[in-house]
Amino acid sequence: MNVTVARLTARGLLGRRRGLLLLALPVLLLALSALIRGVAGQDQGTASNILGGLALGTMVPLVGLVAGTGAIGPEIDDGSIIYLLSKPQPRWKIITSKLVVAIGCSVVFAALPTYFAGLILFGTFENLTLGYTIAALIAGIAYSALFLLLGVVSRHAVVWGLMYALLWETVVGAYVPGAQTLSVHQWALSIGEKIASPGVISSSVHLPTAVPLLLVATLGGAWLASARLTRLTLAGEE
Amino acid sequence: MTTISIDRASRWFGNVVAVNDVSMTIEPGVTGLLGPNGAGKSTLIHMMSGFLPPSSGSVTLDGTPIWKNQQAYKQIGLVPEREAMYDFLTGWDFVLANAELHGLPDPGGAAQRALATVEMEYAQDRQVSTYSKGMKQRVKMASALVHDPAVLLLDEPFNGMDPRQRMQLMELLRRFGADGRTVLFSSHILEEVEQLARHIEVIVAGRHAASGDYRKIRRLMTDRPHRYTVKSSDDRALASALIADPSTAGIELDLKDQQLQIQAVDFYRFTELVPRVAKEAGIRLLTVSPADESLESVFSYLVAAK
Repeated sequence: MNVTVARLTARGLLGRRRGLLLLALPVLLLALSALIRGVAGQDQGTASNILGGLALGTMVPLVGLVAGTGAIGPEIDDGSIIYLLSKPQPRWKIITSKLVVAIGCSVVFAALPTYFAGLILFGTFENLTLGYTIAALIAGIAYSALFLLLGVVSRHAVVWGLMYALLWETVVGAYVPGAQTLSVHQWALSIGEKIASPGVISSSVHLPTAVPLLLVATLGGAWLASARLTRLTLAGEE
Repeated sequence: MTTISIDRASRWFGNVVAVNDVSMTIEPGVTGLLGPNGAGKSTLIHMMSGFLPPSSGSVTLDGTPIWKNQQAYKQIGLVPEREAMYDFLTGWDFVLANAELHGLPDPGGAAQRALATVEMEYAQDRQVSTYSKGMKQRVKMASALVHDPAVLLLDEPFNGMDPRQRMQLMELLRRFGADGRTVLFSSHILEEVEQLARHIEVIVAGRHAASGDYRKIRRLMTDRPHRYTVKSSDDRALASALIADPSTAGIELDLKDQQLQIQAVDFYRFTELVPRVAKEAGIRLLTVSPADESLESVFSYLVAAK
């Protein structure tokens, strides 16, 4: 962990339009939660739909995508990463620092809003809110690592990330049950399932499968990103 | 004494060869890397700064390969050609961040010294995005100098600078060279390079075309055969008068375009000869123009001559 890298990353991430985008999603979620609570009252099914579908299913991957790819992609694109790389700093330190910032964004802009949305919708009953919050936290960590890796390896990281989060996890996952085994969303749900009261949250992946896969995705993603960053080349403009 | 050695290094991208079997040693003092655009200068600098592995051969800093060797940056300061930096920072924050990334014991003091060296203290509290090109260049210099490196690599540092900024930067680089640092800068402008560099390496089309001090390079460039296109009131008479002088090597009478194609071997003597001969013979000169004065043709002559 390098404080300077983290500081530069955070300022780059939050300073520009990206910061507003990151803020817009949770504001939307909280406003919607308040509205629904006011109109429909306290209902477990509705709360589950909002927290599972909107918060964990949409907001968490989108925030992870913006934070994960945004933590490194733009610097590689415009070449300013050269100022980080031309220093006697191990590459894994640079990646770890950026990952910590991306995860921090996921906590602030996805996990915490999920918690507050849960409180608004359903209070603390049956550990539903806690379950979804921990799931959002875990998913945020895994998404950050995966999307950071995408940001290092591809110039079209956002497109690939969207395809994964929206197409694979949502559309493909809905029709092809096997696809859900390789879904951060489902892995995180299986942890939420364990925390909430029985039957409140359900996942299509068992915990013994989900935990190793989460670890592999997160640690493997960070490791691969470091390895790729070590071999990053600057092809000249000539 | 820190030396960069390039030993039979080649670099290709797919089937495009950007650098072709180049060997050179960059020693303390100021070295100019001269060549036309697209010659492979940036590729060479990327290899020297550890951002590109050679496809074959080696690029080493005091005997240690630079690629994947992050410790080399303790000794290397790099001023990249691209302008992108952390635009949202102030000049001070940017240089300070570079000092911190180097793990210097007193990053604040180092940043202050570096900014003073490039005379940018007056604008250090402004955002980098508000800087002019020359100011950005100087802040980039400060960021490269902040850890007092033994080697300074600069990719086209004078691009987009006004004459005063150019003079300042040249003065600065001269001083670093005199301090015993190894300074290498690239440029496609001969005048720029010969003003500053004690030693010049010429790269053309990925190949090492010439190497030496500026006098040698200048001589190579002026001693080559020059081609001229000449139109006059009596081409045939002019041709016979010119060919008698040893400064011409060949003259072709181009009947279709009604002009002479002349190959001169002694540049200075020839330029003095033409008007004199024409005047004595009462011939009017209509056109005298060099046919191949572009830098590219000068360079390709060097390659062929090697």
